[in-house]
Amino acid sequence: MTEKHTEGGHPRPVDKTNEYVRIESVTKRFGDFVAVDNVSLSVFKGEIFCLLGGSGCGKTTLLRMLAGFEAPTSGRIFIDGQDMADTLPYERPVNMMFQSYALFPHMSVEKNVAFGLEQEKLSRKEIDQRVAEMLDTVKLGELARRKPHQLSGGQRQRVALARALVKRPKLLLLDEPLGALDKKLREATQFELINLQEKLGVTFIVVTHDQEEAMTLASRIGVMDRGEIVQVGTPTEIYEYPSSKFVADFIGSVNMFEGRLIEDEPNFVRIQSPELNSTIYVDHGISAPPGAAVWAAVRPEKIEIAREEPDSQENRARGVVRDIAYMGDMSIYLVKIDSGKMVRVTLPNSVRQLSQRISWEETVWLSWDASSPVVLPQ
Amino acid sequence: MARSQIRQTQRPPIDAWGAGRLGLIFSLLYRFGPPRWSQYVRKNWSGQRLVIGLPYLWLFLFFAVPFIIVLKLSFSEVRLAMPPFAPLIEKVSDVAYVLNVNLGNYAFLLSDALYVNSYLYSVKVAAVSTVFCLLLGYPMSYAIARSTPTLRNIWLMLIILPFWTSFLLRVYAWVGLLKTDGLINQFLGVFGLGPFTMMYTTFAVYIGIVYSYLPFMILPLYSNLEKHDLTLLEASADLGAGPIKSFLRITLPLSMPGIIAGSLLVFIPAVGEYVIPSLLGSSDQLMIGRVLSDEFFSNRDWPVASAVSIAMLMLLVVPIVLFQRFQNQELAGAKK
Amino acid sequence: MKSKSWFRRLALFVGFAFLYIPILSMVVYSFNNSRLVTVWDTDDSPTLKWYRVLFSNEQILSAAWLSIQVAAVTATGAVILGTLAGLVLARFGPFKGRTLLSAMTTAPLVMPEVITGLSLLLLFVFLEQLIGWPQGRGFITIVIAHITFSMAYVTVVVQSRLATFDDSLEEAALDLGARPAKVFFRITLPLILPAILSGWLLAFTLSWDDLVISQFVAGPGSTTLPMVVFSKVRLGVSPDINALATIMVTIVGIGVVLSAFYMRRQERRLALEMQMAKAEK
Repeated sequence: MTEKHTEGGHPRPVDKTNEYVRIESVTKRFGDFVAVDNVSLSVFKGEIFCLLGGSGCGKTTLLRMLAGFEAPTSGRIFIDGQDMADTLPYERPVNMMFQSYALFPHMSVEKNVAFGLEQEKLSRKEIDQRVAEMLDTVKLGELARRKPHQLSGGQRQRVALARALVKRPKLLLLDEPLGALDKKLREATQFELINLQEKLGVTFIVVTHDQEEAMTLASRIGVMDRGEIVQVGTPTEIYEYPSSKFVADFIGSVNMFEGRLIEDEPNFVRIQSPELNSTIYVDHGISAPPGAAVWAAVRPEKIEIAREEPDSQENRARGVVRDIAYMGDMSIYLVKIDSGKMVRVTLPNSVRQLSQRISWEETVWLSWDASSPVVLPQ
Repeated sequence: MARSQIRQTQRPPIDAWGAGRLGLIFSLLYRFGPPRWSQYVRKNWSGQRLVIGLPYLWLFLFFAVPFIIVLKLSFSEVRLAMPPFAPLIEKVSDVAYVLNVNLGNYAFLLSDALYVNSYLYSVKVAAVSTVFCLLLGYPMSYAIARSTPTLRNIWLMLIILPFWTSFLLRVYAWVGLLKTDGLINQFLGVFGLGPFTMMYTTFAVYIGIVYSYLPFMILPLYSNLEKHDLTLLEASADLGAGPIKSFLRITLPLSMPGIIAGSLLVFIPAVGEYVIPSLLGSSDQLMIGRVLSDEFFSNRDWPVASAVSIAMLMLLVVPIVLFQRFQNQELAGAKK
Repeated sequence: MKSKSWFRRLALFVGFAFLYIPILSMVVYSFNNSRLVTVWDTDDSPTLKWYRVLFSNEQILSAAWLSIQVAAVTATGAVILGTLAGLVLARFGPFKGRTLLSAMTTAPLVMPEVITGLSLLLLFVFLEQLIGWPQGRGFITIVIAHITFSMAYVTVVVQSRLATFDDSLEEAALDLGARPAKVFFRITLPLILPAILSGWLLAFTLSWDDLVISQFVAGPGSTTLPMVVFSKVRLGVSPDINALATIMVTIVGIGVVLSAFYMRRQERRLALEMQMAKAEK
């Protein structure tokens, strides 16, 4: 996976003084099953917040509670300072874009988009005007009279978006917005979505299981697992500084070395791992007692692979290349190191000559910088 | 005839029977109110009670309550009056009330061979008809399910068409066919066969029931068979099973729900059939539907007729409950 | 499964022959000049004699008219109540008495008609005793009885249509600000209209065709067509009834064929439009 994140995450900085949504200790139980477990979260005005997690982690349930389709078993939800406890979906200043788009099949595109406005008791003239404007914005102007079954997947998605946005909600909830689109369309739509959001200034909360989508769209990501929020941060923070093994594993791929802290100083730590012949030297301190069992996580792109032995005696391993996956722009090397562990290394194919590139069954040296490992508690 | 007597010394303000009825109505209303808005506002709107209430009330009044009446009536004595039975609690004198609970009707049913035989006969006829219906309906459903989509629609249309035509008239059609000088015997006569006596026999009733209820067997069966994954059969063939074996071990078990649904849809109403045995059946052996009708209209013995109904219901309670459970399962399964 | 196709074809042939020969025989003999089924009067047949007899029979005509009226009112009432019941069972969560409602709506599907007929008659008798209504049996009692048993069919049709209905459509409408009643009338109802329509037709046919229940709850002066037909055919074959049957089969046949064609055309158009949309971007 080629990383597209920029330093600091989303280009527009998040205005942390303007909290728009506050989720306070919300739990949702279905019988014995706890779908959402004591989640507390703040979403700020104008940001794109992504709830990221696998299926069954509770992200969709949380979204539905924000929309009003489910009521929390305990806890409170505040939108724009108001407690949403007894507010029904049609009374909320929130709109949702459904995963299946939920376009009304018996209505044309125009009528679909106009539906929400018609519930607001506006004049016919104003409704028509706003609908036309919105359809222009999403570039569907010519298809206004068509019915949903006459549209392609991408067009339907834009109708769903237009329908939700035409009401000028302060908060838009999106359930797997790009899931049904093919890869090329997805990429194009991702950027369109971001542009639209910037232009309109709407706060987005997106639910997705696709980490690429989250990394591209979000100004902040909330990773969920089994009903709990495991980590909240910008895409960079989540990727480079995961707070747990789960998050490190979930986002991108990672090499995990099991080990024990043998030296713990304020500005460095040393880890001894049975999976590595050398020790791991990390150039920042962590808060853990000496002798603690830890994971050292090193991302594949941070590992250097070379035929020559590196100078440093630490942060290195020797192995044999067992498998190579050629992706065009880069290659993924699976290297079996001396301890028997398989390490994943990605390398851009910057050298064109095949003969110069490292090949199968070659003995190689892996090494990484002291700043690369992330130390995680076990 | 058993009779129990209760002596009371006071007079109730209104007729006990009337009070009982009003009480029922009140309890029904109470279930829906006084309004507990806070509980209802969260989930749905206030019109919810109206929406539930309207069909509920109708069905309760016109479906459930009548059964209670039939039950109550089955315990009464027959009277030469209009209506022809004794009320449950009857005023015999100024101070005495009599509770006319009469189990005699049921005893009568059990003792008289006519009724017992009728029940057994009805069950037998319905069961055999169901089997025949299945034997004819299954191959048809199978053939339709395996046809091309265009043909399938045509076949289905042809199956549905008779269903929309009058039931009565279709049964009547068999009168002309089954008579001793009817079309079938004429046809057989060409080959020197017959004439066979087919009218007013159990055989005619079988034909009538199979004929009338065939669509009810085919539609659930078809709807089940149509959903079968044909690649299962291909896999079975690939693993070495011949077509017959594949059918018996794969198609047949998978079509069980359809078989059950179709069979129940045929069997249960067939037990209480009236029209078909009246037009085509013999007068020696009566099906229970006719017995009930006779008791009611000819003998004007409403209590016994009620007892016959209750007994019929007891007979059918198990299949009916099975069917309802089945329906619910199917409907729940259809929801994705 | 090519080897089995002869079996399938045979099954279809036998089955359809079984289904249609009786109907065809009735149709053919409606044109027979002779009263007797046994004899095809080649000299004077085919003839429209029996049709003339049919149309000059006042009893049959007025019974037919009554049946049409009963059926129309029944179908409308059954559709209203049945749709509500179907909606409640498919959409509303658990509530007190839900099992009873569910049972009451499916039981009429299989309940033998003699039992429903008897129980309803008894109810009417009691009601008359208790509150003086209904006074005697007639149009109203027949309609009430018919609505009661035919609404079960409408409920099943509507319920199963709603079960396969995408409820995210309703949620989307709620989310866009529409109140539940509005959601029902603008979103749900238009989309289940075909099911409701077929429910109407179903209830109409059931009412039009009903004999047993009508016999119990009808009164003097309110004789439905099936009742008249039944009393005639009990005595044997009656060619004017054949004529009636032919007319009915023709009407139904035309109706079914037309609706099938109409639906096919709709489907084809839909599929074509979807394909065209996919081709575009």
